[in-house]
Amino acid sequence: MRLPVWLRPILFILVLLAAWELAVRMHPGALIPGPIAVAAGMLELLQHGLLLKYVVASLFRVTWGFVLACVTAIPLGLALGWYRRGEMAFNPLSQIFRPISPLAWIPIAILWFGVGDLSSIFLIFVGSFFPLLLTAMSAVHNIPDVYLNAGRNFGLSSSAFVARVLYPAVMPQLLVGMRITLGISWLVVVAAEMIAVNSGLGFLIVDARNAGNRYDLVVAGMVVIGVIGLLLDVAMRSLEQIKSFQWRSSE
Amino acid sequence: MSDLKSPRAWERIFWPVAAALLLLCVWHYAVVLTATKVFPSPLNVEKAIAELIHKHLLWADIEDSLRRVAVGYIAAALVGIPIGLSLGWFPEAHQVVNPVLQLMRPISPIAWIPVAIVFFGVGDPAAIFLVFLASFFPIVVACAAGVASVPVLYRRAGRNLGLSNFALLRKIVFPAALPQILIGLRIALGVAWLVVVAGEMIAVDSGLGYLVIDSRNSGKRYDLVLAAMLMIGVIGLILDLAFRQLEKLKSVRWGFRHAA
Amino acid sequence: MPEDQAGSTPGNGYKLRAEQLGVIFARDGNHIAALEGISLDIKDGEFICVVGPSGCGKSTLLNAMGGFLSPTTGSVTIDGQPVTGPDRRRILVFQERGVFPWLTVEGNIGFGLSELPRAEREQRIAHYVQLVRLQGFERAYPSDLSGGMRQRLQVARALAVNPDVLLLDEPFGALDSITRVIMRSELLRIWQTERRTIVFVTHDIDEAVQLADRVVVLSSRPARIQEILTIDIPHPRHISSPRYLELRDELLKQIGLAFEI
Repeated sequence: MRLPVWLRPILFILVLLAAWELAVRMHPGALIPGPIAVAAGMLELLQHGLLLKYVVASLFRVTWGFVLACVTAIPLGLALGWYRRGEMAFNPLSQIFRPISPLAWIPIAILWFGVGDLSSIFLIFVGSFFPLLLTAMSAVHNIPDVYLNAGRNFGLSSSAFVARVLYPAVMPQLLVGMRITLGISWLVVVAAEMIAVNSGLGFLIVDARNAGNRYDLVVAGMVVIGVIGLLLDVAMRSLEQIKSFQWRSSE
Repeated sequence: MSDLKSPRAWERIFWPVAAALLLLCVWHYAVVLTATKVFPSPLNVEKAIAELIHKHLLWADIEDSLRRVAVGYIAAALVGIPIGLSLGWFPEAHQVVNPVLQLMRPISPIAWIPVAIVFFGVGDPAAIFLVFLASFFPIVVACAAGVASVPVLYRRAGRNLGLSNFALLRKIVFPAALPQILIGLRIALGVAWLVVVAGEMIAVDSGLGYLVIDSRNSGKRYDLVLAAMLMIGVIGLILDLAFRQLEKLKSVRWGFRHAA
Repeated sequence: MPEDQAGSTPGNGYKLRAEQLGVIFARDGNHIAALEGISLDIKDGEFICVVGPSGCGKSTLLNAMGGFLSPTTGSVTIDGQPVTGPDRRRILVFQERGVFPWLTVEGNIGFGLSELPRAEREQRIAHYVQLVRLQGFERAYPSDLSGGMRQRLQVARALAVNPDVLLLDEPFGALDSITRVIMRSELLRIWQTERRTIVFVTHDIDEAVQLADRVVVLSSRPARIQEILTIDIPHPRHISSPRYLELRDELLKQIGLAFEI
């Protein structure tokens, strides 16, 4: 019996959930709750309005940090990538900064911004800045010469050239880089909230555990984090589908 | 790109060094001009590095971090590569499992810490578990994508020559997918390094991540903080470069002709 | 504009002129001479084909004429004025990926027309859409078009800015042979409707004989002008006519190919 295609992953998830529930039932007194308890936990959070509040807080920080990083790193990266010497100068430095986990910046963030929203926005900014910078530099490299030559051929002014040839040409690669970096930002915000702030989904996880071992809320928080992260990814992918952004280098 | 003459070989060294010196100068004068008492200057950081090396602390911490990465990463590779290859080979399986993967991937490994601690307690195993989690998804995704992207005509050519399934996988599909698999492995290593540092800030009491947090907490030694950060960056870069050297081996090279 | 003799036309009646043009590339310390001593006088409205073995420097010549390369020796002049850089009077048409994939057909054709008032711009775009026979595809993106259609789009985009010279670099090289034949007659039709000076690089001998007024044969690197053949058959040319075959054989001989396989 062939199941319809869309049904199969759902069944798979249900099987996993059932196995999870069973495992929990077989170990009474286990700290980690089963899926049903988690669902109940989520409902509880919803009812108290906490879920929405925490989701908004996390999204707020991600948005600010990510957008700030985009508007600084992308133009800078494009400019640096355009001049070979610029890239030569700053690529190695960026490659050293990039592997430093944004969380390692926490002491500095707290020093400069104290504990709170600004700190976490800074951490997300740092975590997004270098990947975006490197993406922009690489994107400029990959513009086929034909486009650049055609742009020069039509006698465009510098600003017209940047707006009408450069930016459209780098858009697809930029969008992919932005999507990946947004994913990274989402990971960072949760981690940052676990360490350095008092609201948001990351905080929910830490707090739920510390104030009473509410692992049902902990796992509920994890599920919500996963879902929202996925939604962010899907939203960015749909941006990539816009025809005027969409082209492949190999036609 | 720009119309200037082609850069000479010496410029490859000159410009990065110049940029680094510029950064150091800006940093130094920012510290001097703002007369901050807390934020260290480049010289402070240099002394801090010397101090760490002298007290043999640096190597111990580096070893700990690297060890955790090694164990977690290799475990993730051993488990993830077969799974990824299978998913790529059987598209129906991939289609079933993929949604679960996509749901779990955006959950920061750090968010797993409470759960990890329940299962493993505070300490090394928890950190290793985090590294495992963080590396697992990129590896699986890259292997699946690598196998799926092997052109059908390669498989057909193999069948044509009468190869069994396993031989087909080993002799044709795996080598063809190797470039993409290696890229995924390299990215996973980068993520592993990021996560181990983050994990050490919360769940253990040794390693470079711990050094960062501890230096601040016990004495506001920001010079040590920055020294540790610098080490983290440099080691992460070395890991990445070492991996890229692997990618340069001739037998893998062909797949990269069209990439970067 | 130098006014040396009364009544003289700029450039001595030649539209595009190369005088002792030489281009040498320096790469990693090696000097590679791509072109040597190219002297060529092209009249206004002439259709010139440039043929030669692969890699001999045909594209380099085109790039130098377009102003994308500075000559190492000699000069390129248009209407008597030296060519110092790319500009709209000499538009290059590329073999592949020449059109902007993020713009529609209309967007591409209108690319060079941004200074025109809206009504005029739209009128021009409509005119060229018609000329290259892409009606109905105005809102389509290049990824929706076939290879031949994309090349037609490129030609339309080039013509829309009213250039003096069209420089085509093996524009039909990426197309299948049937489409190529169709595109040749399309190009001739367009050229006969809106006359421009055309320099057309190809490695296809038949293409050269079918299209050109004159064929310039380049030697292998460093490329020099080996021969300039005048194709004296009026259009439409019949590809089995004796004169056609004669000229074709002559060209093959020039390139050094046997014509018996």
